[in-house]
Amino acid sequence: MTRSLASLSSSPSFRRSSSARFYSPNASLALVTPLIAALLAGFLYPVARLIALSFSGGTLSHYRRIFAEPLHLDVLFSTIEVAFVVTVASLLLGFPVAYLMARLSRGLAMAVAACVFIPLWTSVLVRSYAWVVLLQRNGIINKLLIDTGVTEWPLKLIYTEGAVILAMTHVLMPFMILPIYSALRALPPDYVRAARNLGAGPIRAFVAVTLPLSLPGVFAGSIMCFVLALGFYITPALVGGPGSMLMATLIGQQTTVLLDWPFAAALSTVLLAVTLLFVLLFRRMLSLSKGLNSVY
Amino acid sequence: MRPETGRIQGKDAEERQQLKGNAKLIGQSLSLGGLQKRYGEAIAVRELSLEIAAGEFVSLLGPSGSGKTTALTMIAGFEAPSTGRIAIGGRDVTLLAPNHRNIGMVFQKYALFPHLTIHQNIAFPLRMRGRMQKTAISRRVDEMLELVQLSGYAERYPNQLSGGQQQRVAVARALAFEPPVLLMDEPLGALDKKLREAMQFEIKRLQERLGATVVYVTHDQDEALTMSDRVAIMSDGRLVQFGTPTELYRQPNTEFVADFIGRMNFLHGDCLDCTAEQTVVRLSESTVLKLRSHANERTRKYDAGTALRVAIRPERMRLAKRGDGGADALPGVVDAAVFFGSTYIFLVRLADRPAASLQVEVPADGVIPYQRDDAVDIVLDGAAGHVFPVTERCAA
Repeated sequence: MTRSLASLSSSPSFRRSSSARFYSPNASLALVTPLIAALLAGFLYPVARLIALSFSGGTLSHYRRIFAEPLHLDVLFSTIEVAFVVTVASLLLGFPVAYLMARLSRGLAMAVAACVFIPLWTSVLVRSYAWVVLLQRNGIINKLLIDTGVTEWPLKLIYTEGAVILAMTHVLMPFMILPIYSALRALPPDYVRAARNLGAGPIRAFVAVTLPLSLPGVFAGSIMCFVLALGFYITPALVGGPGSMLMATLIGQQTTVLLDWPFAAALSTVLLAVTLLFVLLFRRMLSLSKGLNSVY
Repeated sequence: MRPETGRIQGKDAEERQQLKGNAKLIGQSLSLGGLQKRYGEAIAVRELSLEIAAGEFVSLLGPSGSGKTTALTMIAGFEAPSTGRIAIGGRDVTLLAPNHRNIGMVFQKYALFPHLTIHQNIAFPLRMRGRMQKTAISRRVDEMLELVQLSGYAERYPNQLSGGQQQRVAVARALAFEPPVLLMDEPLGALDKKLREAMQFEIKRLQERLGATVVYVTHDQDEALTMSDRVAIMSDGRLVQFGTPTELYRQPNTEFVADFIGRMNFLHGDCLDCTAEQTVVRLSESTVLKLRSHANERTRKYDAGTALRVAIRPERMRLAKRGDGGADALPGVVDAAVFFGSTYIFLVRLADRPAASLQVEVPADGVIPYQRDDAVDIVLDGAAGHVFPVTERCAA
């Protein structure tokens, strides 16, 4: 999973020249050894333990429990749904920002980039609590709505699926903006000029040239957002309620409250499998669009 | 190297007019009036005025930063001129958006859309105009591919083609909608020398066949001289000289043009006697250079003592053994000889002014006629020199 993500989001220039050409095999190996060690110790080993745990007792009983109880499947499907909505919302809101950043002069682009980056550097916890403050019963938004007479009673904003989607979109949007931005920046301005010169108005030039050529960035951002959203824990745990439980919160509940580790492991394995499935699906879509492969 | 030999002769005006009656020629006239582009304090193009006839091939030639690409950008409509006027076929297009100008353009790196096939690339301008049926578009694309000899490549993607093939596709795409004016921004810069020369002929052949008006930007003087009907030489955003390749080569109006086009020798000196009949320049205490004055008919007369620069082409001089060159020859010493295939270029320093070195072109037939440190006479063709006043820039 990690590898496919990295290769998707890597910049075009990296894809073109492989570092193997500059370093001897031994030097290359030496350079990646720390990463491999970290992956083995910090990722592969725990995941292997997790999967082993999910089959503990030598039975599939934990998996049977997941698929026997509609509640668990509901959570799985609503997780996928939320991740999908968050990805689409991030794309719709993030693309214009990325486009603006790519077109602005250097100074202004830096200012916009700062607006994108600073939230990214801020803890997810802080940003999620910020949404709690905004959305709670006596929060700023409810106060404003009551003061302006839009509503008489405070609306139930927080602990809803809407709140989860809103907050997650906010948290994940930088992951959408940055790959799209780098794709747009890598696009030579001559393409749009050529389109305009050949008779396309500004909108048709965008639709026929800029948009399709930015798709690698869009795919990279989408897959990043989607995968992160599938496993998101903190934000749904803080902003979501019992009615909007997601896989991550369900797993958290099993491990911390109910202490049913084998079952939590089974849930995690299912989530991992679903995530991998979607990553493969995305990559397949990417490789099917033949023309896009020749973009860089 | 010389324009006379390499130049592809354009059709003269009369013949072109005749052709226009028979086949449809797509070219229209292009007029630039006092075009100016300012970026804050910096001026990229100043007061550029050009009248280009329908079907004419004109090059904008100049070193980088001379404003030639900016001029092209303004003609294409990607940037608005600060002042001035652009007209195509008599119609003012100064304020028109680029997509309404109907100008074809070949970009320096071709700018073929990488996500579209060759067919889709060439069909792009036709689709954007929305006036043609799908089948008609397909037929036109096939015609264009045939024209540039790339039939059978329609379903490939640009990155599956070689540089030269991409270049031809770019030309086909720019001509598919029969634009009255075709702009080319250093279109051969990315190709190797052999291919570049082949493409020069191909572009010229296409242009004559279609009667397209072409504005061609390049910093390669050979390219400009061989392909163009007329060449506009630019420097520092200014138009320096606009004329046929032969005019530019034989009658450069400034030192810049003399230096920029072809090989040129420059000698510093003071005017001794500059009248209508002759120009006598003193190069040093003992050396005097005599030129027949009709060589600089278009330059002013100079007072005695004026600092001058004399420009002479290497092929307008020859070498003789010391003492055999006649009274007006300049004594020199051979420094080096460079072999160019059909000619040698001898580097000869003047006997009493070792700092001044001249290039002299000598036909290469058999043995090398002079060796290093041989004492020689440099014999000048008296009509060959151009005389320019020393401006402060040159004196420095």
